[in-house]
Amino acid sequence: MPKVYTSFSGTDDYIASEDLQNSVNIAVALGRPLLIKGEPGTGKTMLARSIAKGLNKKILIWNIKSTTKAKDGLYIYDTVQRLYDSQFGDHDVSDIRHYIKLGKLGEAFASTEQVVLLIDEIDKADIEFPNDLLWELDIMSFDIPETGETITAKHRPIVVITSNAEKELPDAFLRRCIFHYIEFPDEKMMSAIVNVHYPDLEKQLLNEALKAFYWVRSISGLQKKPSTSELLDWVQALTVGGISPNKISKELPFLGVLLKKDRDFNAVLQRLHSQGAQKKTPAPGFLRNW
Amino acid sequence: MFINFFYLLRNYGVPVSINEWMTLTEALCRGLAFSSLYGFYTLARSVLVKSETHFDRYDLAFQHYFYGIETPQELTERVMKWLEHALPPLRISPEERKQFQEWDLDELRRQLEERLKEQKGEHHGGGNWIGTGGTSRFGHSGYNPAGVRIGGESVNKSAVKVAAERKYRGFRADETIGIRQFEVALRKLRQLSSKEEGPKEELDLDETIRETGDKGGLLHLVWSRGRKNTVKVLLIMDSGGSMTPYMRICSQLFTAMNRASHFKDLRFFYFHNCIYDNIYLDPTCRLSNSIKTKSFLQLFDPEYKVIFVGDASMAPSEMLMVNGAIDWDVMNEEPGIIWMQRLAEHFDHSIWLNPIPAYYWDRTIGYYTIAMMRKIFPMYELTLEGLEQGIKKLKVNK
Ligand SMILES: Nc1ncnc2c1ncn2[C@@H]1O[C@H](COP(=O)(O)OP(=O)(O)O)[C@@H](O)[C@H]1O
Ligand SMILES: [Mg+2]
Repeated sequence: MPKVYTSFSGTDDYIASEDLQNSVNIAVALGRPLLIKGEPGTGKTMLARSIAKGLNKKILIWNIKSTTKAKDGLYIYDTVQRLYDSQFGDHDVSDIRHYIKLGKLGEAFASTEQVVLLIDEIDKADIEFPNDLLWELDIMSFDIPETGETITAKHRPIVVITSNAEKELPDAFLRRCIFHYIEFPDEKMMSAIVNVHYPDLEKQLLNEALKAFYWVRSISGLQKKPSTSELLDWVQALTVGGISPNKISKELPFLGVLLKKDRDFNAVLQRLHSQGAQKKTPAPGFLRNW
Repeated sequence: MFINFFYLLRNYGVPVSINEWMTLTEALCRGLAFSSLYGFYTLARSVLVKSETHFDRYDLAFQHYFYGIETPQELTERVMKWLEHALPPLRISPEERKQFQEWDLDELRRQLEERLKEQKGEHHGGGNWIGTGGTSRFGHSGYNPAGVRIGGESVNKSAVKVAAERKYRGFRADETIGIRQFEVALRKLRQLSSKEEGPKEELDLDETIRETGDKGGLLHLVWSRGRKNTVKVLLIMDSGGSMTPYMRICSQLFTAMNRASHFKDLRFFYFHNCIYDNIYLDPTCRLSNSIKTKSFLQLFDPEYKVIFVGDASMAPSEMLMVNGAIDWDVMNEEPGIIWMQRLAEHFDHSIWLNPIPAYYWDRTIGYYTIAMMRKIFPMYELTLEGLEQGIKKLKVNK
């Protein structure tokens, strides 16, 4: 009887392409962090939740902000509370351990079962942040000098790291990761994703909405192209609004749900109304005057 | 001659490290290439390539290397060859070689052979390449739980054909650029003041609280030196007629520069083909809105990092002759080349970004002056990659 391994293949609320499934399983098997890049809304954050659900593990989420320091993920020494207690409290301030609180990475190490650790939007932090994490992620252990304790991972967590590519990540960090770029879904994939969220959606409405959605995305120069989240909201608005499918492409109802920037909104409406009457711009004369 | 895939990738411009190559070999020996050449294609990519901007190069190298290889056996033979030949030691740095020696090649080879033996007994219909037949650890059915098939017939998919589609071409950093990508690149142009210099003027809250706590609540203020970016930049752009075709990319760079908030100082200047006695304050290049290049050199100390942007294409006389300037109202007592050399000598760091692709530099109509300018300034293409290389140059000491 062959041994059955657990492997990730998406969940009922998350569609994972075959390539993505492979990348997840490679990262898990090699015990390496999985770095996920892709446009906003391509399901990076949700992937980690889906992995946890699919593999039946707990998830810990560490949301990175511009001020986040690598050390915050290990532990925080709450000196303010200790100071407060020393003045007003009746607590035992001599025991530092009361004031040491594990961060998300610390929690993941200390957990008695294997967890999924999501380090979300790592590119928000300082450029050096990923490098500062390398050591702990490699050896899966760290010291707390204040108490003399060492926290060592009982089970190597499954680490998923997402990036919107706001900053370049350092090479040393990249070399240790398994990398996956989530492409923006094509129409087929997208209709599957919408289906997961709205199983009862009328087929014609979905097709028309998708057609219009990809047309809007194809317009060049938008400040923010609409993503999956906006499409999902839009489909809902169209359904609730009782819009007839054949009006969708012609009128783009509730366009504000898709496009959040005024400039984009106006640009798309303009394009919509000038369709057909488009003039080709003549190629610039290539007379060479230095 | 047998060329390793590793070197081929590097030749195609994918910056693969020995570390990653070792990880790939480890993964192969553990049977993670699933069941097909396509599985190998995605495995190798996820382990070796860390940016979608390099996917296209990976595809090209993959096609080159695996062209004609369709069956798992053929691939297996290739991989065995890697292990036989290991890596030619001459072409890797000593530091890399050290890591390589720590790697137990024999052990890996033994593991792989074992896998292959297991595999021999299998039928090859589905192509169970280096998989642990039947126990395949990974779903490769291509079905998602909702029942919709995603990704297609990957088992029969020819990896080489997938690579040949080159669907990541649009992500290439040397072909597509946008303001944001320029911005990302520009963020690398920073040098932080050291913790050792400057006054201690930032209150270190964490340390203050910690110290105060340790002193049982007796307030103890701790001050520290903040670290600030010390980089000052001058962007000097050619705004002459021959630059018109490159207006879009130049304005992208300009916008990105303008948005970059991390420079200690940033100034823009303009010129037409070459710089002479005057340097202009706006792109229309009128003498009435210019300053003397001499005073420009006094105003900005050598620490300023200077980025010239221009096609460096002009009539040779414009660089070499007294009064050679193209504009009728400009008289120059010294040839432009003297001024350019003066600028290059004054500043510790300067580069030239040229919107003409490097391939054409020695064959475009302006090749003569491009060559002259390249002798004075290190020249890079005005592309994301060129900018990145240029920024590196701006950061190293001469
Ligand atoms: N593959 C997918 N399957 C199901 N839902 C998805 C998928 N991709 C995106 N979504 C939906 O789109 C929304 C945005 O996803 P999110 O994970 O927040 O994106 P990101 O983190 O990449 O910005 C989520 O609410 C999710 O419901
Ligand atoms: Mg997210």
